[in-house]
Amino acid sequence: MNEQTITTAPTPATFTGNRALDIEEALIFETGRPEVTGVDLEEPAALTPRLGGLERKAPIGLPGLTEPEAVRHYVRLSHKNYGIDSGMFPLGSCTMKHNPRLNEKMARLAGFGDIHPLQPLSMVQGALALIAELARWLRELTGMPAIAMTPKAGAHGELAGMMAIKAALAARGDKRSVVLVPESAHGTNPATAALLGYRVEPVPARGDGTVDPAEVEKHLNSDVAAIMLTNPNTCGLFERDIVAIGDAVHRAGALFYADGANFNATVGKVRPGDLGVDAMHINLHKTFSTPHGGGGPGAGPVALSAALAPFVPVPFVLADAEGVRLVEHAAGVGAYAKPFGRLSAFHGQFGTFVRALSYMLSHGSDGMRQASEDAVLNANYVRAGLRDLLSQPFGDRACMHEVLFDDRWLDGTGITTLDVAKALIDEGYHPMTVYFPLVAHGAMLIEPTESESKASLDLFIATLRDLAFAAKAGEKARFLDAPRLAPRRRLDETRAARTPVLRWRKPPPAQAAE
Amino acid sequence: MRYLPLTNEDRAEMLAKIGVGKIDDLFADVPAGKLLPEPPALPPHKSELEVERVLGHMAARNLPAGSLPFFVGCGAYKHHVPASVDHLIQRSEFLTSYTPYQPEIAQGTLQYLFEFQTQVAMLTGMEVANASMYDGSTAAAEAVLMAHRLTKRRKAVVAGNLHPHYRGVIETISAMAGDQVTALPPQPAGNEDVSAALDQESSCVVVQTPDVFGHVHDLAPLAEKAHAAGALLIAVVTEVVSLGVLTPPGDMGADIVVAEGQSLGNALAYGGPYLGLFASRQKFVRQMPGRLAGQTVDADGRRGFVLTLSAREQHIRREKATSNICTNSGLCALAFTIHLTLLGEAGLTRLARINHANAVKLADALAQLPAVSVLNSAFFNEFTIRVPGDAATVVEALAQRRVLGGVPASRLDPGRPELKDLIIVASTEVNTDEDRAAYAAALGKVLA
Repeated sequence: MNEQTITTAPTPATFTGNRALDIEEALIFETGRPEVTGVDLEEPAALTPRLGGLERKAPIGLPGLTEPEAVRHYVRLSHKNYGIDSGMFPLGSCTMKHNPRLNEKMARLAGFGDIHPLQPLSMVQGALALIAELARWLRELTGMPAIAMTPKAGAHGELAGMMAIKAALAARGDKRSVVLVPESAHGTNPATAALLGYRVEPVPARGDGTVDPAEVEKHLNSDVAAIMLTNPNTCGLFERDIVAIGDAVHRAGALFYADGANFNATVGKVRPGDLGVDAMHINLHKTFSTPHGGGGPGAGPVALSAALAPFVPVPFVLADAEGVRLVEHAAGVGAYAKPFGRLSAFHGQFGTFVRALSYMLSHGSDGMRQASEDAVLNANYVRAGLRDLLSQPFGDRACMHEVLFDDRWLDGTGITTLDVAKALIDEGYHPMTVYFPLVAHGAMLIEPTESESKASLDLFIATLRDLAFAAKAGEKARFLDAPRLAPRRRLDETRAARTPVLRWRKPPPAQAAE
Repeated sequence: MRYLPLTNEDRAEMLAKIGVGKIDDLFADVPAGKLLPEPPALPPHKSELEVERVLGHMAARNLPAGSLPFFVGCGAYKHHVPASVDHLIQRSEFLTSYTPYQPEIAQGTLQYLFEFQTQVAMLTGMEVANASMYDGSTAAAEAVLMAHRLTKRRKAVVAGNLHPHYRGVIETISAMAGDQVTALPPQPAGNEDVSAALDQESSCVVVQTPDVFGHVHDLAPLAEKAHAAGALLIAVVTEVVSLGVLTPPGDMGADIVVAEGQSLGNALAYGGPYLGLFASRQKFVRQMPGRLAGQTVDADGRRGFVLTLSAREQHIRREKATSNICTNSGLCALAFTIHLTLLGEAGLTRLARINHANAVKLADALAQLPAVSVLNSAFFNEFTIRVPGDAATVVEALAQRRVLGGVPASRLDPGRPELKDLIIVASTEVNTDEDRAAYAAALGKVLA
């Protein structure tokens, strides 16, 4: 064998446009044909249709692919995606931790995956027991007496929790119109409050990135229905005055909504019920590691205090001395006496419940506590590894499960937070969350999660240090041209929004003949 | 602990690097007395084998739909899903990815969402569709809110034959948001005149086809009356396979079409996760809720896809957003689009014809029983029968004979005596001639 010569020639153009494993893939509408199918079906019985004369008159235009073509199409598309299984995905506030495959296997057991939401109750006793058991774990972990299980995502859980608050206030004849939302909150908080007709009043953060109870006091009066506070907050900090804030809110006759998006930092360490929280949604897809699936499905059960427990949406599972039952309609039962209505067609994200319980049973009480500690440890380790090079908006202090940097360290370099994110893509990482929270200029929010090993963190820290030195040394091309090695280079988002192309359309004949 | 890579040596080294003595020093901001001294009172960690035992026992206490003749529908349907669908959605790069905030490394998700949106628009006969909602019922409620924004009116008219759970979701959100709803009573015979309830304050009329009792409706006359009153027509479809043979709502004048997409690609899973389809007219796109994927080009001029029109969304607009929704049903939408791509138009049309034929055969078989009458003259794969006595008791007695015969209408909408003797029955491609014979025989015995 001849010795190979290694050259440093630029990436060659190829005839196909493909680059080895990165293969260009057309749209199904460009390769599929309406007469082709990848599913063999019998010929339907001949009969006179009873469709009331409403049969389709025109073709739909849907393309079909045979199985080998379809499998290849989606496998090639999958190659253009970055997942947690691909590498470190430190997307702050989104909690991209490992998704155990056992959970997938459990959700696919026929007794869970193949049961209908309207089967006779005698034939789904195991499903009701599973919902009751998951609720029991969530009650223990939150220290709160009731869980509304049906909300289908975090924002849906917020809606449920805020509806419970609105219903509870209405039940005591108290009409209030304002909801306080700290500036660092997720956008869903003000959007949820506004959807329910509340006026949103922002509460500024104090110099250390947390909410000042004195500032909250200033906003509190008899027209304030609730405060929506994220804890740990979106700067990755534990709201150290949360108890005082809760007390002040309650003294004013208002209720305390906690956004539980960051519950993964404190599971097994702190119970929101002990902090005075009245309602908190739990993102099962974050804290309890059900897959994010490219943006859903999530699940957002809401934990409720004794004051709000009667106000749960239907349907709910009731586990008491009489056993486990399903309550499907408005007439409430026992502690859940005043359901405010219905939020989804059926029982919530049952398939996600199975995965979450599988995760909880696997970790156990000890493992979940350890996971929280490791998540916090990992974030602080990243902080310690970067604090001399990157700037922190609120000074160098202990964070929880995520560490926030701003862009002051880039001053004078001509490089932005976005450029750093894109450069990380070339290095094989999914970038951190950028430009959120809004309280930090050019925010970079890094959440490593407990799933990363020390070696993985060391390489990530070394990579960011290398990028920081490069930025300060004026190596702009490495940032401004990034990403150079991804399936696509930077995409023109302005063009996408200005002239929206939201679906494929058949090209006109002249163009098609090109 | 099999999911945690750090060793105790790692932890000690890391704490030293951080400059603290123990882990709880990092929890110093927790108010005094609120840090738990030990783990909560729950069981300790378990091996895979132990977890499989616990959950396996729970699963065994449920009766899977595939284990007996199964005719339950009403918004969730038992269909056969090709094996490749579940295989493909479990590819790591799909399963473990997130909302495509970094489009350069999320083209897989963005391209399938663009294809999904196109398929949904084609299927519903509409111009644009979003990247999906939580389920059909929440999509319906979002459609009502969108109609309110577009018309600047705050009252929805809801047809009596809309799925009662969908009605419940619309009523709950409307009551909480301070909006009005005129909900009409159910008409099991299928001859309701919804337009009579329209007035100058109505923003929209919400109507389902096939409706909850299985009747199919020509929406064109209602669309005309709604538009004349300055209101929008929102069409709801809970069985998306019906669109393989039925005229789509978009061709009958609907302004917004919402549907439950579970039937394609997605397991029953006791009610979720599912996916809501949401389609509308191009001119309304800036008032649509939810995520939208759009086409653009990259710095080298190559075609690519991004999330777009995000100025509608909560992370930008906060309290002025069109919706508080933050996610879609990504993985469920992927299952939907893969299944539909495998079917293609030829397969979907055939699948729909098989469903219809199976339902017609079942309706005819049940109608042979002297005590049973079928209420529907026109239906797709679901219809309603009237039985003597209490339908819920009959369904339970059928279950004891190992036939899941449908949904008693009173389970969806209790407190209405006129629904007490009705069973809503669905039949899809999974049912065989033997299943139908078993149903007819069992029902004959139960009613004897």
